[in-house]
Amino acid sequence: MSLFSQEVPISWYLLLSAVLFSLGVVGFLIKRNLITVFMSIELMLNAVNLSFVTFAHEWHAVKGQIFVFFVMMVAAAEAAVGLAIIIAVFRARATLAVDRIDLMKL
Amino acid sequence: MTGPLYIWLIPLFPFAGFLLNGILGSRLPKWMVTTVALLTPLASLGIVLNAARIVFGNGHAFDSLPYIETCPMGWINVGTLHIDFSFVLDQLSLVMLLVVTGVGFLIHIYSVGYMSHDDGYARYFGFLNLFLFFMTVLVLAGNALLMFVGWEGVGLASYLLIGFYFQKDSAANAGKKAFIVNRIGDFGFLIGMFLLLANFGTLTFSEIATKLGQDPGWQGGVVTVIALCLLLGATGKSAQLPLYIWLPDAMEGPTPVSALIHAATMVTAGVYMIARTHVLFDHSPFALGVVAIVGAATALFAATIGLVQNDIKRVLAYSTISQLGYMFLGCGVAAYSAAIFHLMTHAFFKALLFLAAGSVIHAIGGEQDLRKMGGLRKKLPFTFWTMTAAVLAIAGFYPFAGFFSKDAILYAAYLHGPGGKVLWFVGLVTALLTAFYMFRLWYLTFMGEPRSPELHPHESPWTMLGPLLILALLSIGGGWIGIERFAAFLSPSTGARAAESAIPHLELILGGAAVAVALLGWLIADRLYRQKPTQPAQMAEALPTAHRLLANKYYVDEFYGATFVKPLLGFSKYLLGWVVDVGVLGGLAWLLGGIAMFAGAILQRWQSGNLRSYAAWLAAGAAAVLLFVLVPWNAVWPASMELIWKVARH
Repeated sequence: MSLFSQEVPISWYLLLSAVLFSLGVVGFLIKRNLITVFMSIELMLNAVNLSFVTFAHEWHAVKGQIFVFFVMMVAAAEAAVGLAIIIAVFRARATLAVDRIDLMKL
Repeated sequence: MTGPLYIWLIPLFPFAGFLLNGILGSRLPKWMVTTVALLTPLASLGIVLNAARIVFGNGHAFDSLPYIETCPMGWINVGTLHIDFSFVLDQLSLVMLLVVTGVGFLIHIYSVGYMSHDDGYARYFGFLNLFLFFMTVLVLAGNALLMFVGWEGVGLASYLLIGFYFQKDSAANAGKKAFIVNRIGDFGFLIGMFLLLANFGTLTFSEIATKLGQDPGWQGGVVTVIALCLLLGATGKSAQLPLYIWLPDAMEGPTPVSALIHAATMVTAGVYMIARTHVLFDHSPFALGVVAIVGAATALFAATIGLVQNDIKRVLAYSTISQLGYMFLGCGVAAYSAAIFHLMTHAFFKALLFLAAGSVIHAIGGEQDLRKMGGLRKKLPFTFWTMTAAVLAIAGFYPFAGFFSKDAILYAAYLHGPGGKVLWFVGLVTALLTAFYMFRLWYLTFMGEPRSPELHPHESPWTMLGPLLILALLSIGGGWIGIERFAAFLSPSTGARAAESAIPHLELILGGAAVAVALLGWLIADRLYRQKPTQPAQMAEALPTAHRLLANKYYVDEFYGATFVKPLLGFSKYLLGWVVDVGVLGGLAWLLGGIAMFAGAILQRWQSGNLRSYAAWLAAGAAAVLLFVLVPWNAVWPASMELIWKVARH
């Protein structure tokens, strides 16, 4: 039996998903560049997608797969809007540093 | 009864007129405003006349009164309390409706001429229609609560129309005074209604009458209290002692308003209310006595003030108060039909007096001071002759309308027990004073030489003179129906007339006495104001105290101001205003605001505006929720406590 014929245990997938998600969270929290923050969000979304697919496979439930499509679709829309906002912010403020976009602060 | 009479439409038409003119009036052309304002009361009058035609023309219809129309949805249904929205047409409300819509329509026509140059033309007619709406509701109401709706509504319309020239301080203040003084009366009405509900469980007039009739135990006691509360309400609305003070000031309103609201219809609502609830008063001789004394005292009191007033409208205002006193006197001696009879004839001649006075004021450019008039007889012949009819009617000359109704009241008073003679005598003295001040007004206005030659009076337009003519005819002939027939017609609503006197020709003798004092009043006025025009001033100088007392209206306004208004204002300003409002409420507001500011200052740090700190809080929150959900606390908690316990023991 080769290595690949054996089924990968489900916990590995979930662990990968958790690691990816945590990376996303940490990236979101520590990075200053708005684009990197944005990419971190995408990372979190896809980590969640991975666990959706994992559970769908495990439970033989197709609903999870469908949810992934929804999430991807929303992510695409969000990416379009988000990038537009980033461009608008850059034009207005000439910076993408999150800390300096603080007009609402007292 | 042949088919429905649609009496619910009677109030509705003027209300539609109010909505149209009130909302759209300022944008509509004037002729449309006039059309709406005149057609809506005319439609109501038509329905009333149709009802009257059926009632008078058909003997069987007569028996089927009262005729009731009730809203099928009901009105108030709370627990055991059921109040219907019902209109009742009986003999009493029919007479009242004829007066209200008839005189009301005439005054609407008159107003078209009188108000034609006014900027608030549409507003004026909107309010006038609103008044007619509420007044007909008041008259038709089948229970005390619905009557109260109309009662308050006419008060509102009265307030709006007294303060019609609201740019003038005096007019705005007069409106407020009328409204506030009426509140005192309404308080009595409300308490009376509560007591009615508590003791009878109903506010429907017919049910109250039935319950009173079934049990002879209802006598005095709580019935007296209820009747006195209702009387307090009536004294407010009908300007009787001690709440009459608002009516003279109400003359700040346009003159047709004074004629319609403050002479012919609204102020008689108190009399109507007493007649409507007369069964209560019949079961309480004490309350009846109070009504009679209030009426007689007001009649005399107001008449004496009227002797020396110099404003033409104020003379008429005091005369109205005095005549309303007669009506109360009539009610107080249980001669309700006589009181309603006088209400009707008074509506004719007093509306005519006011409208004629308005015609005079209109003709000489807004001047109201009698001392500046004079000699207007030749310039305003039509106004002069119609006004003469009204003066003769109010003075009580045979065969003018006032004679019959006033005589009916005085006759009933004379027959009313031992105190009745005193009441009759007061009424007779009042008749003398009435004749005197009315002829004084007549002489000062129309006779002699013009005292203000710079004025160029012109006769009023036909829209104003037409109503004068009709009202003059009614003032002459309105009493010819006679009290016997009138009382017989009203008897299902107001009870039968008191028994006839045993003394033969008593009615004739009393009538002769009344005419004699009226003639005496005329002669005195003739002597003082025609033959020796300098004498009134000399008399005033000879009796300075008396004259000052009368000219200042017995200082009642000043007395009320010092005893009620000033302390109340002081109480409001210092205790309520400074201590309670600024101190307690203001302090509380500052305290709450301070707490919010303090908490905000602390929590403000949380709102750093830093995106990453928000995200960190979000992540921490999500982690906390996860921890809470995933950790089996029920198992962990005792185990950990045990662990701590063990560690602590060692």
